Order: sequence, then C-alpha cells, then structure tokens
Amino acid sequence: MPDLLAPFAYGYMVKAMWVSALVGATCAFLSCFLMLKGWSLMGDALGHAVVPGVALAYLIGLPFSAGAFVAGGLAALAMQFVRSQTRLREDAVIGLVFTAFFAAGMLLVSINPTSINVQSIVLGNILAISDWDALQVVVVSAVTLGVLLVVWKDLMAVFFDEAHARSIGLDPTRLKILFFTLLSAATVAALQTVGACLVIAMVVTPGATAYLLTDRFPVLLTIAVAVGALTCFVGAYLSYFVDGATGGVIVTLQTLVFLTAFYLAPRHGLLAQRRRREAAIVEAAR
Amino acid sequence: MVQTRAARGHHAGVEASLDVAGVTVAYPNGTLALENASFHLGPGTIAGLVGVNGAGKSTLFKAIMGFVAPSAGEVRIAGLPAREAQRRGIVAYVPQSEEVDWSFPVLVEDVVTMGRYGHMGFLRIASRDDRKKVDTALERVGMSAFRKRQIGELSGGQRKRVFLARALAQEGLVMLLDEPFTGVDVATEQAIVALMRDLRTEGHLMLVSTHNLGSVPDYCDEVVLVRRTVLAAGPTATTFTQANLEKAFGGVLRHFRIEGAALHDDDDRRSVTVLTDDERPVVFYGAEKTSDQPLPRASEENP
Repeated sequence: MPDLLAPFAYGYMVKAMWVSALVGATCAFLSCFLMLKGWSLMGDALGHAVVPGVALAYLIGLPFSAGAFVAGGLAALAMQFVRSQTRLREDAVIGLVFTAFFAAGMLLVSINPTSINVQSIVLGNILAISDWDALQVVVVSAVTLGVLLVVWKDLMAVFFDEAHARSIGLDPTRLKILFFTLLSAATVAALQTVGACLVIAMVVTPGATAYLLTDRFPVLLTIAVAVGALTCFVGAYLSYFVDGATGGVIVTLQTLVFLTAFYLAPRHGLLAQRRRREAAIVEAAR
Repeated sequence: MVQTRAARGHHAGVEASLDVAGVTVAYPNGTLALENASFHLGPGTIAGLVGVNGAGKSTLFKAIMGFVAPSAGEVRIAGLPAREAQRRGIVAYVPQSEEVDWSFPVLVEDVVTMGRYGHMGFLRIASRDDRKKVDTALERVGMSAFRKRQIGELSGGQRKRVFLARALAQEGLVMLLDEPFTGVDVATEQAIVALMRDLRTEGHLMLVSTHNLGSVPDYCDEVVLVRRTVLAAGPTATTFTQANLEKAFGGVLRHFRIEGAALHDDDDRRSVTVLTDDERPVVFYGAEKTSDQPLPRASEENP
C-alpha cells in the first residue's frame, strides 16, 4: 500500500497539483464557449501553433509566454490571410496552418536540443516545471480567469445572438478578439501542463461533459470549471504513483468523467434517453 | 461596453424614427446588394418590408443593424447614427428562427433577461426593476408558464414569442422583426399582430419583413417595397398596389389573373388578380384590392 499522502510531502508535487488545477479551471471555462460555437478544433490548432514561439523563446532566453503569444497571433493572421485569399474551407485552412507551425516548432527544437526537449513540449512537464515558468502559468491563468469572470455574460450574449448583442450596445468583433486572446493565453498555460497534443482535451472535454448535465449557462460554467480543476488536481496527484505523463493521466480522468455523464446524465444521458423512449412506447401501446 | 444607467434613461425625449438615405451596399465579391435605397418611417408605425428573396431585405436589415457598412448613404435611427442608437439600446431585433442556436443552454427567462443587459451595469447583474420588466414581457406574450424551459423544447410559435418578449424587455423604440410569421400557428400570428398594435399606440416603430403578402394590409400602416433598391415606400393604401407589387415581384411570384367568361356573365371588364409568395396570397379585383378578409390559398390549377 503506497503512502497516499506522499505527494504532498514534495514541494514540486504540491506546486504541480495547484498549478494544474488553476489551468484546468481556466481551460474549462473557455471550453463552454468553444464547444457551443463548434470551434473546438481551434483549441487544437492554437495548441500546436504556439510551439515554434515557445521553442524560440527558450532558445533566445525570453519568457515562453511571450513567444507563444507572438506565434499564436501569427498563426491566427496566417489562417485569416489564407482563408480570404483562397476558396479553401475553414477546416483545411486550420489544418494547413497549424501543422506548418507545429512542424516549424519541432524542427527548431530538434536542431537545438539543448534548450528544451521535444517530449516536454508534446507531453508537457508540469512535474519538472521551473519556478519562473510556473509563475508565468499562474499569472496567465489567473488573469484569464479574472477577465472571464467579468465578461462571461457579454460573451454569452454574443455567442448566442450576435445581432441582438449589437443591438444592446456590445461590440461582437471586439469581444471575439478578446475571447481568442484569452483562449491563446489558456492554451499556452495548458501547454506546460498537458503538452501540445492534449491541449484540445482541456478546452473541450469539461464543457462537453457539463453540456450533458444542464440546460443553464451559469450551471454549465460551474460544472465545467469544477470538472476541469478537479481532474487536473487529481491527475497531477495520481501521476506521482503511476509514474506516467501527467497530461495522459489528466485527460484520461476527464474522459472517464465524460463517459459517466454520457451514460448517467439525468436528462441528456444515454440511459435516460433509453428510459424515455421505452416509456413512450409503453404509453403508445396502451 | 460599460454604460451608466443615467446615460440611457428610458429614451426620454427620443422619438422613434428610421431614416434610410441613399444607402448603397456592395459586398466584397462585387455584387451590389442595395443601391441608393431611401425611405423614412416615423413613430407609431407598423411597416411591412416586402420583396423577393435576394431582393436586399436582409441586407437592408444588416445595414440598419450596422453589420454591413454602406458604401454610400446613411442610416439614422431616432435621428442618431445607427451605431449610436444601438449603444443607447434604441433598436431591438427579433431574428429569424433559422438564425438561432436552439440547443444553446439557456432557459426562456435567460433569453428575455438578455434583453435587459444594455440597461444593467458591466457585470450584467439584474436589478429588481430588470426582473420586473422580464416578468412583464413574458406576461405580455403569454409565456410566463414556460419561463423555466430550455428554448429548444418550445414550438415554433412559442419560440417567436420568446424573442418578442426579449425585444419588449429591451424597450427598443425601433423594432426590426425578421419574418415573424414564418412557421407559426394562426393563434400566435394573431397574438403577434395584437401586440404590435399595442406597441404602435405606445409610439414604437416596427419594421417587419414578411412573405405573407395577403396579411400586409391587415396590420401594416406603411409598406417598403424592395428590389435591389427601395421601389416604393409609403402608406399601405397608396403603395401596396397591384402595379407596385408587379414591379417588385415581376416574374417571381405566382401570379394568376382571372377574367372574362371565367369570372363574369356580363360586360364587366374587371378581373381578379392573385399574387402569392407561397404564403397567404394578395387578391386584387379590378383596380382596387377587394377585401381584408383572409382568403383560401390559391391552388396551382387556376388558370
């Protein structure tokens, strides 16, 4: 029987658990919006697109978050440019641009193996994160979460009905730009926690899970944030015992929670639907 | 984004009006959706916006809402530039059903509350006054009993009522209604018309886009006929004429003309003309429109 409290005895573990939980909460908040707009893949695209920025920043000794932001912004501009100049569909454009950026990042990392290794970018390295990087993650996440707590109702109004949002004096374009800025910030933070490949799970799964459990937006946010924070905290904790990549453990946990909701959700779950269908058939037979 | 309550007031001293002056809208692909469109509408008016699909009705709505910038001309709402009027919450918008994501996790009361956002502080926290106005709006459209439903669980007519309630809660002096009668039951159609008449007495200005030509004279004081430009605009009696409609819809509408022996046994040379955009038809007898009574849908077998 392993000592269940052992992880709490190590400073790096405690740091990893709390930082992960904060990142998980931030990403989960954003996931509610992304999923409703059908923009989930944007999270994936951003997660990959920031890689060259991170690599370059480490190479020349800048804060990784600054590099990530620049790369994310460039990727967004590139997508916009390709889209406006060609007849290609959005998914093709996203696919083109983010793989191009990711490849550039991989190339940079492999040419300069001293700065960081490929694995820590692809899989994250929250257990070995430096204090300086952890501080950046915490600041980025906290600011993002703070801004979201102020503007979430405006964002909801814009995502629900843009024309109406305009008519009550909101500026949909500005709010959408703000949203994508926050999303890139959260992506950068998540990169450190679960790695580029699993960022998408962080910005999709908690929202998708909550969506099966409620029809109210504030409740949706609460459930998603709780799921995001808890799975990240517990995931980091468990990774001490399984000795595996933290990202893998976190996302596996999130998937388990999703599957539970998928089957057992009181109204939108598989079992509830089956029960209703059977009840309807019995009713009709009478 | 942040607005104080005092800056908005309750539109005190502002009178509803809509001025579209020489508006031209060109899309990036080079098509001219609207050219030199002009009309004026005043307070206490229900105006019908009529034209074929693609005639520029939605472009006109977009120009009024400020979604597209006119390449020439100007839209003024209550005497203000369109964007300024929106900042003050003067324009309310009731969307087409197809534009709404019905699986969005919001309840009926949440949607109506969003109509009040412009009146709230920057954290959008509802005051007692806001909540009361939401209640009243729901009451007026007869949807109080459904306030805790998710919007996707409603029927077509109920969905329309919810968005009308949102416009009521917003207290917009100028209301844009995009196809409010499409896909609704007769009871809802009558309820919507009754509500619009009440709002007219309260001084609101409503611009209603519709394909339901037959009922336009029932409730519209004014008509705006669109085909790439504003062909004609003015009081229904003098604008909603056979000649103007044929100009607006020529070659597009189902158009039946019944005359001679098929209609009369005498020397009367007048004829019956039925124009329909596949909803309720409009019927002209001789030179005048015959009646405001609803008519049965014309069948295609007619000559």
